[in-house]
Amino acid sequence: MRLIVNGETLLLPAVTDLPSLLAALDQRGDRVALLVNDDVVPPEARPNHVLRDDDRVEILTFAGGG
Amino acid sequence: MTHHPDPTDAADALTLGEQTFTSRLILGTGKFASAAGMVQAVKASGAQLVTVALRRVNRERPDDDLFTPLAQLDGVTLMPNTSGARNAREAITAARLARQLCDSRFIKVEIHPNPHHLMPDALETYEACRVLAAEGFWVMPYMPPDPVLAKRLEEVGCVSVMPLGSAIGSGHGLAAADLLRLILRDSRIPVIVDAGLRAPSEAAAAMEMGCGAVLVNSAIAVAGDPPAMATAFAGAVRAGRLAYRAGLMPRGTAAVASSPLTAFLSTPRAEA
Repeated sequence: MRLIVNGETLLLPAVTDLPSLLAALDQRGDRVALLVNDDVVPPEARPNHVLRDDDRVEILTFAGGG
Repeated sequence: MTHHPDPTDAADALTLGEQTFTSRLILGTGKFASAAGMVQAVKASGAQLVTVALRRVNRERPDDDLFTPLAQLDGVTLMPNTSGARNAREAITAARLARQLCDSRFIKVEIHPNPHHLMPDALETYEACRVLAAEGFWVMPYMPPDPVLAKRLEEVGCVSVMPLGSAIGSGHGLAAADLLRLILRDSRIPVIVDAGLRAPSEAAAAMEMGCGAVLVNSAIAVAGDPPAMATAFAGAVRAGRLAYRAGLMPRGTAAVASSPLTAFLSTPRAEA
């Protein structure tokens, strides 16, 4: 599948949904917030969220800030 | 813990949303040289509320994570900010995303489209606050020192207003002091000076004016010794608050003697 993840185009053959995307990118699900095509996808909705080619996924986390 | 709460603190708690705080110093977690230094500084400050930012995960730096150091800060509530948002729509999305990462209902709305001065966009800030307060967030807007906007933000349900003392990271202190006093005069929600403070004396001055708290980041994060500076700010905030509650004496236009001006060791003048 071809996805635009945090602005970068990635080819990820094994990825079909959000949990498999997080696994492929080595991200802990409880430490990231997800935005798919500008929609917030809460943790409980991730398993059923099927991804499609060219979906834009933003994976965000906390950083230091004022 | 190095923080020893003043015995007066518990009786003089700060209420934001439905949560009360005995510390009136809020810390930002940005710009620290290390996560360990940030943790030490927050502990030294006694802060019970700290801000964090949202950013894209960095796959090249997997150990660059804030969750592990934050877990060491027992009893500290997180207030995510919407920094990076250029308009209300982006700030609202950022707030909803941040809500996925922590249980806190606090959100610092921060919309500053121009990186040169980082001045908040009043119109977009108002719109984001209106929507987020209605969604049940405890909204704390970073805002220009504008007394009219402060009342409008109060009306839409913000739990505090956070006018800047001067530009973010500038260290120009309470350049907006006169406008802050106008905001304080009419505000029915806590007024928190956010941005611009450099020295603990400025934090004390803000508290003496009647501010509910101060939010400090750069002044502590880039100090020579951040934990020591955090301790200094904590003392200044407490002193300023005590002074406000004690009631400052009025200003005069001429000298008023504090010692008796009767004759002493000299012959009284003929006319005396």
